[in-house]
Amino acid sequence: MTPAAPDHPRPRSPLHLFIAFTVLALQGFGGVLAVAQRELVDRRRWMTREEFVDAYSVAQLLPGPNVVNLSLMLGDRFFGWRGAFAAISGMLFAPLVLVIVLAAGYNQLAGFPAVAGALRGMGAVAAGLILAMALKMLGTLRRNPLGPALCALLGLTTLVAVTVFRVPLAWVVIGLGTAGWCIARWCIARQEGARR
Amino acid sequence: MSSLPLADLVDLFLRFLMLSLLSIGGAMSTAPEMHRFLVAERGWLNDADFTTAIALAQAAPGPNVLFVPVLGFQVAGVVGAAAALLGILLPSTLLSLGVSRWGAQRRDAPAVRAFTAGLAPVSVGLVFATGWLLSLPFIAAPEHRLGALALIAATMAVTLKTRLAPIWMIVVGATVGALGGV
Repeated sequence: MTPAAPDHPRPRSPLHLFIAFTVLALQGFGGVLAVAQRELVDRRRWMTREEFVDAYSVAQLLPGPNVVNLSLMLGDRFFGWRGAFAAISGMLFAPLVLVIVLAAGYNQLAGFPAVAGALRGMGAVAAGLILAMALKMLGTLRRNPLGPALCALLGLTTLVAVTVFRVPLAWVVIGLGTAGWCIARWCIARQEGARR
Repeated sequence: MSSLPLADLVDLFLRFLMLSLLSIGGAMSTAPEMHRFLVAERGWLNDADFTTAIALAQAAPGPNVLFVPVLGFQVAGVVGAAAALLGILLPSTLLSLGVSRWGAQRRDAPAVRAFTAGLAPVSVGLVFATGWLLSLPFIAAPEHRLGALALIAATMAVTLKTRLAPIWMIVVGATVGALGGV
């Protein structure tokens, strides 16, 4: 991530970061990414659109929740580890308290058939949201140097390994991830060779 | 929700600590493994508990990673929630801080590009697997199958075709469910 242009506004203090990220997180129903873009880029102008895309691609590549990694990078850029901590705490603290209160309430209300039904309905919607997200992710593979056939092979192998054979995730990520990395290195080398 | 012996809490914490480093593409990609550990291996939660945790985290505002402390809460109360959240976040956060400082400038190196390119199809496969595992309890229960499948299909169609905020779909799902439609 390149440093912000000098005319960019910046947060005044780690506390300011904490408050901004709390406000942002509390608006993020069903995902925070879109809200983060609007608040940090369009409204507060702490990052340019390009910086946001840059930070997000790095955040995606690393393990951990993407929006948490994104908060961390932005906070770190302004105030070092104190900023990183403030941004992550803002992103997580208020929503965490809220969701735990909801979970505790659910444990007491679960006896009511209407509540159980509501949760079942929400569960079905949650499943639909995840499946739709998977379909959207499918679109980003179009520009993958592996090409459609190898992408489909790797993706389907992952799906079958996890759902049918219940292979532990560590083996899937290490095994298929390494395979994917090796194949991708070969594909990229070949494409760059062909370009010369 | 029950209290858990300290040894089991430590076990949960260490398990999530390890999962943290595998959560490429977000914490949701580790959901199948958490399901395997909490439901199949230990029997601390059942399928319905697991789906509820994800539904609650989706319904509430904030990052989706918050389904992880809800799982911990269902297993062992507030202490379980803290163990699960710290476990899933500490390693990935420290690693991300280190790597992002070490060099965003190396992003164009072939080895780094191959890393993203090779892992992307695996991540997509994992998200599909999560969607499948979340749908499974509905498909397995004949009395809920039809309504739930209709709701899943409708959610997918609305998500892909419109820009409607997910909260409204959650509200519709909750209403339909409360009225006995699922």
